[in-house]
Amino acid sequence: MYLATNIFSKKISLVPPRNGYGSGLVCAGKVSPNVVVLCADLSESTRSQAFQKTFPSRFIEVGVAEQNMAGIAAGLALSGKIPFISSYAVFSPGRNWDQIRVSICYSNTNVKIGGAHAGISVGPDGATHQALEDIALMRVLPNMTVLCPADALETEKAVIAASKMNGPVYIRFGREPVPVITTSHSPFRIGKAQIVKQGTDVTVVACGSMVYEALIAARALSPKLSVEVVNNHTVKPLDIGTLSRSVSKTRALVTAEEHQKAGGMGSAVLEALGAKLAVPAEQVGVNDTFGESGKPPELMKKYGLSSDDIVRAIMKVGKRKR
Amino acid sequence: MKRYSLPDLENIATHIRQDIITMLVRAGSGHSAGPLGMADVFTALYFSVLKYDPRRPLWPDRDRLVLSCGHIAPVLYATLAHAGFYAKKELRTLRQLGSPLQGHPHVGELPGVENSGGPLGQGLSQAVGMALAGVMDKKSYQVYCVMSDGEHQEGQTWEAILFAGKHKLAQLTALVDRNNIQIDGFVEDVMPLEPLRKKYEAFNWHVLEVDGHNIQQVIEACQTARAITEKPVVILCHTVPGRGVDFMEYKFEWHGKPPSKREATVALEEIRRVRTLDGKIVSEHE
Repeated sequence: MYLATNIFSKKISLVPPRNGYGSGLVCAGKVSPNVVVLCADLSESTRSQAFQKTFPSRFIEVGVAEQNMAGIAAGLALSGKIPFISSYAVFSPGRNWDQIRVSICYSNTNVKIGGAHAGISVGPDGATHQALEDIALMRVLPNMTVLCPADALETEKAVIAASKMNGPVYIRFGREPVPVITTSHSPFRIGKAQIVKQGTDVTVVACGSMVYEALIAARALSPKLSVEVVNNHTVKPLDIGTLSRSVSKTRALVTAEEHQKAGGMGSAVLEALGAKLAVPAEQVGVNDTFGESGKPPELMKKYGLSSDDIVRAIMKVGKRKR
Repeated sequence: MKRYSLPDLENIATHIRQDIITMLVRAGSGHSAGPLGMADVFTALYFSVLKYDPRRPLWPDRDRLVLSCGHIAPVLYATLAHAGFYAKKELRTLRQLGSPLQGHPHVGELPGVENSGGPLGQGLSQAVGMALAGVMDKKSYQVYCVMSDGEHQEGQTWEAILFAGKHKLAQLTALVDRNNIQIDGFVEDVMPLEPLRKKYEAFNWHVLEVDGHNIQQVIEACQTARAITEKPVVILCHTVPGRGVDFMEYKFEWHGKPPSKREATVALEEIRRVRTLDGKIVSEHE
């Protein structure tokens, strides 16, 4: 129901998730004339250019000024618009956190934040441009919804869904082409986690590009271990029901994300389930360090974000379970 | 909207100053100098310049007032009460648990409050956004942004000034409380802004300067600003911090504290004397 049938085929199409941001903006713009898009000198890279071409009068170039962009968006939203602000995640929400906190979240304005080039897979640009803290920064803010879609198609759906809900939303997505594992028919609902592979021994809760890695890990361990994989695209509000039902069944939990372990999606899941479930748990994520320049697959491997790392984490919790 | 005579307006400003003192002494914390210094500007704005309907605070065609320097909230709250957005008795709850009169304004809590503000430098960007929305929707409302001089030390302020200049946002009028004080001292000592007029002009703004205690001048400057359609306009309002209370005037020490009960009694008496025409503000308007 959720996944394409050919996800393990070599022929699976690889698409940058940011493309889904661009196409999602155009779709949202067609649905509502109130959707406007702002960009801080990165319209090509964030793919917000697609919207600019379709709706030039509703596109606002703010220059290299992310704080101003967040504030202008708040003012537009207070006047009935549905603004999407677009930049790299290290700059927005990295640079403009106070503006997002007060002008957007405290005011509960209807502003959507597109954080492009998130994660270590940005690659050769190096640590300055690899957002590994953005989920933590955003999920700690009251009124904020945090989305981390798994592929380009899901990013498009996340953008459209964000445009239809009222209130601040952060959407995080990467630069590198990743396998399109969902289909245009896969359902997407904000706040509803998806069990994309059923299993009985260990639950892997993943988001973003790590959903695919989790599926690879699950396949590698089959049939020795039956791994359940959850696409947890909504980091906030968490779908505690789906997550706790899965973990109550498997009694072992692994979380996986392209983000610092501290404060990220896994951290959110452990906070939410910790009080309810005493089960062995492991986090796959970046271990309190900055990244560096390199090719995306090299970095994913070096910083512990590959399917092999997920396999190791599954084995660890599997052992502790017994 | 009712037309007020100049003596009426001066009378309203005096009442607003009295309310500010009463609110602050009751709250036991808050800012004194800025709110008192801006009472005349707020009176001019809400009783002559702005187009609004207190019974319909979200009327889409209203003029907007964005308060960027949220710490002068007492003058906004007192003015909105006088303008009929809510009952004056609400003013007694400033800064108390459960009150819509938060220490710094929170949009959505109180009718008439257009933005949340406190962390400096965030208001002008929001005012720009509101003005842009007005342009997109072909509305004729004007957006006024009240800023402190100190918050021009925040980079975001200049980002917004740059943007408004580029877009020739004539729907935007900024009013700067040029009182030359901030928490740590005089603005020109802490981090000088002069020549402020030239800075704004270099960013493609039209600059007007007024005596911020001359209500007539403030009104006329706002009319001029509205008539200028090719640029955003900034009105540098030269004010005296703590205006109306002798022991507070010009003193940066009064930026962030309320009067004690005893000080408040003296302050209210001084403000009352101003109103009864034996004070020192009146002569400027004669």
